[in-house]
Amino acid sequence: MTLSSTNPPKSLFAVDARTRKRNAAEARFRLYGLIAVGIGVLALIVLLTSVLGNGLGAFRQTFLQLPIALDAAKLDPSGNRDGEAMKKVTTIGYGKVIQTALIAEISQRGIATEGVSAKDIFGLVSKEAPAQLRDQVLANPGLIGQTITFKGLANGRVDGFFKGRVSMESAALDSNISPAQLVLAQQMRDAGMISVSFNPAFIFGSDASELRPESAGLGVAILGSAYMMLIVLALALPIGVAASIYLEEFAPQNKWTDLIEVNISNLAAVPSIVFGILGLAVFINFMGLPQSAPIVGGLVLTLMTLPTIIISTRASLKSVPPSIRDAALGIGASKLQSIFHHVLPLAMPGILTGTIIGLAQALGETAPLLLIGMVAFVREYPGAPPDGFFEPASALPVQVYNFTQRADPAFVERASGAIIVLLVFLVVMNTIAIILRRRFERRW
Amino acid sequence: MNDMTLTEKPVNASDIKITARNVQVYYGTTHAIKDVDVDIPDRTVTAFIGPSGCGKSTFLRCLNRMNDTISICRVTGNIALDGQDIYDKRVDPVQLRAKVGMVFQKPNPFPKSIYDNVAYGPKIHGMTRSRAELDEVVEGCLRRAALWNEVKDRLHAPGTGLSGGQQQRLCIARAIATSPEVLLMDEPCSALDPIATAQVEELIDELRSQFSVVIVTHSMQQAARVSQRTAFFHLGNLVEYGETGHIFTNPSDPRTESYITGRIG
Repeated sequence: MTLSSTNPPKSLFAVDARTRKRNAAEARFRLYGLIAVGIGVLALIVLLTSVLGNGLGAFRQTFLQLPIALDAAKLDPSGNRDGEAMKKVTTIGYGKVIQTALIAEISQRGIATEGVSAKDIFGLVSKEAPAQLRDQVLANPGLIGQTITFKGLANGRVDGFFKGRVSMESAALDSNISPAQLVLAQQMRDAGMISVSFNPAFIFGSDASELRPESAGLGVAILGSAYMMLIVLALALPIGVAASIYLEEFAPQNKWTDLIEVNISNLAAVPSIVFGILGLAVFINFMGLPQSAPIVGGLVLTLMTLPTIIISTRASLKSVPPSIRDAALGIGASKLQSIFHHVLPLAMPGILTGTIIGLAQALGETAPLLLIGMVAFVREYPGAPPDGFFEPASALPVQVYNFTQRADPAFVERASGAIIVLLVFLVVMNTIAIILRRRFERRW
Repeated sequence: MNDMTLTEKPVNASDIKITARNVQVYYGTTHAIKDVDVDIPDRTVTAFIGPSGCGKSTFLRCLNRMNDTISICRVTGNIALDGQDIYDKRVDPVQLRAKVGMVFQKPNPFPKSIYDNVAYGPKIHGMTRSRAELDEVVEGCLRRAALWNEVKDRLHAPGTGLSGGQQQRLCIARAIATSPEVLLMDEPCSALDPIATAQVEELIDELRSQFSVVIVTHSMQQAARVSQRTAFFHLGNLVEYGETGHIFTNPSDPRTESYITGRIG
């Protein structure tokens, strides 16, 4: 090495080799960063387009619209509009009414039906439609004897045809639908009998069996998830914050607190299915809580969320400057007063952010719920809390899993639709987190 | 130093507020304060001077048991306020700190309004019975801290929005709002500019009429300007303690002389 003083003086305009090398390294690093961000954004775009492309269709559904004369002789043989007696007429009876009305309407509109049997014409209607009509009539027996305009679900295959999922070629191979039926459906659509419109039942309705994907909805799953989130929030937030305050502010620094600290961090990394096994063993087998109930799901998810909340709460308590504690203690505030009056309000944004991130994590959790029976097929809505907490329900992520397990391709669309609903919930929760953080943030 | 003449003020040494005898402080295994004996008189400004790390702040924090918050810190010996041992088991540090207020090195107002900053102490100690009474206390304290005229129109603005010097005076107002008997100040001017420092020093001199003030300072000029008695700490020992004028003009210990003439420290 020669001393710089022995070198000839250099111009400031000439970049030397060393500087050039450093600049090149910086440029390279920027490029790597850009590539990394690019890959991330690309992955997100692919994910969103695939989910939205598959799932948006679930929010629109094909409906048949036709006038139906509700014949008292068929629907209320006893004639006194008594609800109990009317229940004796099953969906098969209502199915026949729909079939008759449908064929009459088609011929009245002059749509040719050559080569399509009466049974095949009725096959365009969803198996759920007679139940829809029956519910409508049972809810309002006064309709009997009138002619109403009935808007019923079309069969899933017909729905698929109008959404591009089913083609003439696939119908030729399909035992559930024939090309002739699709031709008829197209004519009916041209005549205005069939339309595709927004389907609130996808969001508010309950799940449906394999045979009627067109009527499957997320109502029970959304309600179940909401109940579980309520339980998680009510349990995990106070327990987590109290535990963090104790550990951070009051607990003596010794082996035991170190051990607890290490274990809390480890708990945050425990696979969620382990919590499911724990829930099954403790809450269902030992404590005897009902299976598939939001209370058990909520308790399991509380256990899962606690470490997240404790870690973020402790971090935000730690980040409150000690000068604030000194200030409070210095004028004679007790430790508890200094924490609740000064430290906690300043730590609030961090605590809330951690809580909502924990909740969002819990909302999307599937594995532990499978083990405690929330994977069951549930059609009945759980009641209002607190009783509803103990009644069977489903959960959004489990519903997604359920839909993907079913054979009918129409459920692919339903699963993606359910994912969109789940994502919307997550976005809403994160937005709330950001708003709360902004509101509670204070300068010092 | 011409400043010396300013401090030739009468000292009534008969009124002893705090007596410390044989005080030892340990941080873990480090012996931070060794055998300190000191008598702090009432209605006087006592300055603790000494090089960094000499233990003057540590000793100050012993006087209102702020060292209790540091888990590895251990204090032995006897410190008495008006003859009562403050390290006695029966003493609640919370009550003690209401009597022995503290102002810190860095201005640390609560991130609340100016009013709430001052009102917090009286509120938690239940010292006022009505809102009007509280308003009066707040105004009185802000006036004594020479801050009232600057903030009276924005009492509900955040305390953190004030300038550094105003914040420190707010902290002093907050500390005197609980009517303490002793006011401890840990380098109260080290974060302030000369003008703000002058204001705070003036304030300290006025506070002397009501409180016993103990001030830790790095600035020997400041000690000379504001204090009547000075204690010089070095390496955890109390080297010399006496009247300020005497310490600065005629130190008896060679270490004190080296420090005030700038040879050590």
